Amino acid sequence: MENGYLIKTENLVKTYPMGYGSLVALNRVNLAFQKGEFAGLVGPSGSGKTTLLNIIGSLDVPTEGSTMVLGEKIESLSHKKAAHLRNQHIGFIFQTFNLLPVYTVFENVEFPLLLLGMPAEERKNTVMKALEWVHLADRAKSKPAQLSGGESQRVAIARAIVKEPEIMLADEPTANLDAENSHNILQIMERLNKELSTTFIFATHDEKVMHYLRRKITLVDGAVAKDEILKPQQGGGEN
Amino acid sequence: MVIPRLALRNVLGAGLRTWLKVVVLSFVFVVIIWAQGFINGLNEQAEQAQVAAEYGGGQYWHEKYDPYDPFTLQDAHGRIAEPLQQFIDDNQATPILIVQGSIYPKGRLRPILIKGIDPSQRIISLPSHVLHLEEEDLPVLIGSRMAKSTGLQVGDFVTVQWRDVRGTFDALDAQVVYIMSTTVQSIDNNQIWVPLKKLQMMTSMEDEATLAVIDKNMENPQNISGWTFKNLDFLLSDIRQLAKVKTFGSMIIYVILLFLSMLAIFDTQILSIFRRRKEMGTLMALGLTRGKLILLFTLEGVLQGILAAIMAAIYGVPLLLYSAAKGWTMPQITDSMGLAIGETLFPVFTAELIIGTFALVLIITTIVSYIPTRKISNLKPTDALRGSLS
Ligand SMILES: Nc1ncnc2c1ncn2[C@@H]1O[C@H](COP(=O)(O)OP(=O)(O)OP(=O)(O)O)[C@@H](O)[C@H]1O
Ligand SMILES: [Mg+2]
Repeated sequence: MENGYLIKTENLVKTYPMGYGSLVALNRVNLAFQKGEFAGLVGPSGSGKTTLLNIIGSLDVPTEGSTMVLGEKIESLSHKKAAHLRNQHIGFIFQTFNLLPVYTVFENVEFPLLLLGMPAEERKNTVMKALEWVHLADRAKSKPAQLSGGESQRVAIARAIVKEPEIMLADEPTANLDAENSHNILQIMERLNKELSTTFIFATHDEKVMHYLRRKITLVDGAVAKDEILKPQQGGGEN
Repeated sequence: MVIPRLALRNVLGAGLRTWLKVVVLSFVFVVIIWAQGFINGLNEQAEQAQVAAEYGGGQYWHEKYDPYDPFTLQDAHGRIAEPLQQFIDDNQATPILIVQGSIYPKGRLRPILIKGIDPSQRIISLPSHVLHLEEEDLPVLIGSRMAKSTGLQVGDFVTVQWRDVRGTFDALDAQVVYIMSTTVQSIDNNQIWVPLKKLQMMTSMEDEATLAVIDKNMENPQNISGWTFKNLDFLLSDIRQLAKVKTFGSMIIYVILLFLSMLAIFDTQILSIFRRRKEMGTLMALGLTRGKLILLFTLEGVLQGILAAIMAAIYGVPLLLYSAAKGWTMPQITDSMGLAIGETLFPVFTAELIIGTFALVLIITTIVSYIPTRKISNLKPTDALRGSLS
């Protein structure tokens, strides 16, 4: 990647029109993430965490500034190219799980692979492997409505990880889970990070999440107020 | 091929909601085809009845005969030409003489046509044999509509007045010997049937006729000097025209039916695009492009049309076959509606009708499914994920 960075934002500004003026959601954000990071965006509600994650994930575009993700300039990607980038390289985990309700667990996890055009046999093995990662291989045939919150989020993790993306973006992944389930999924994510060197970026309020983070970025009013390294990078990475 | 597969998964996965729509839509299919089949049957039956009772295999008209111009009728008769007489002698044709006249049922004047027919003819199904009764001065056969409108009953005497070939008025008391019940109005309304020989005598038009009906099995009839051959296509053009108008009228019902069912699809389509916003956001986050998202949602609507077609085939085909075989016994009222039909109506389902209906419904379903999805094309993934409206 360019300068060894997986993700790099430069003077990122996001404003929303509001009445006569505008609301500044992100204010000149300069951040860089390397491969294998396990980082969290923290800060009060409305500080711009979700907005930043969405821009990194190519779901949104900044008003000003630029974002490089995996060597691609997000702002100038066509809609189609952005979709392709997300499909191949970025996994999303949402606060509300966002499983597809009419699909089974297996079909939910299979979905990104279908879009990628993976052959059936390989697809099946890959899905089952991802479900084993989250300890849900035995629930492959269940429907999302039959799962607990913790199980649902684990399916969502399997769906995000199944294509082995470079980047995982998790927006409040534990907000709807109890302590036990929160720790459970955080441990799974930590393991994925260690074994697959997947880069994780969280947006969170949750104290439990903070214990796992190796880097904590505090946003206040859309600007980076603090950027701390809590633990050394995994795998002796380039700091 | 991924998108059609996902669409099918979504449609089948949606369960009851899908099936309700599919059932309603399949019902529309079946009702349209069923009703249209009956109208086809109605028209076909009316045509057949007309052919059997009046047109046979076609008619030779005296060159001056024009059924739409009663003033020419006075001259529209002539001695039957030799080749035509040959057909008649061979039982391949039967002559009919038409004369203007009046009857006086209950003392009131009523202008009518007097039609002379050979009582022993077998070319058309008109029950002319009842005119064999020779003891009557002038035996008369009328149709049930004519009987109703004149109040005449079997055995009644009625004064018949006509002008002979020189224009002299003459009159005779005729007796109604039979009232035929027929669905063919053009052998019923405002006319009486009498024995041909008698009418020729009354009018001094011996051996003359206005037209001759030929047998339906006669091959390749040629024009005869002074007599023009009118084939069935010509003779039936009026009734076919009328059938078209009636069919067009019935189309309005289908348009309404279609419109209502399409409204249901349109409505659920809009509703689902509104309700499944978050799902769309998720699909976009997972890497589905807007174009594919539009395709997916459109296909979901179209699939409902296809499923409806399959369901319609499953219960519709036996139903349609059954009603085509069994027919439908028509109540009396249809007669007063002016429909020329028999007592049992057999629907006719043509491939054209069935394929046409399916194609029409599928095309409309596709359009109706597509239109609401255009909203997706300016949907932002972030808005969609939040489940809010843009
Ligand atoms: N589509 C939008 N239109 C207008 N304002 C928006 C929109 N999306 C976000 N905002 C505003 O931008 C600011 C940052 O929002 P964002 O969702 O990024 O905050 P956050 O840090 O994720 O908050 P939370 O912790 O509550 O999730 C907020 O003030 C929010 O109201
Ligand atoms: Mg947020």
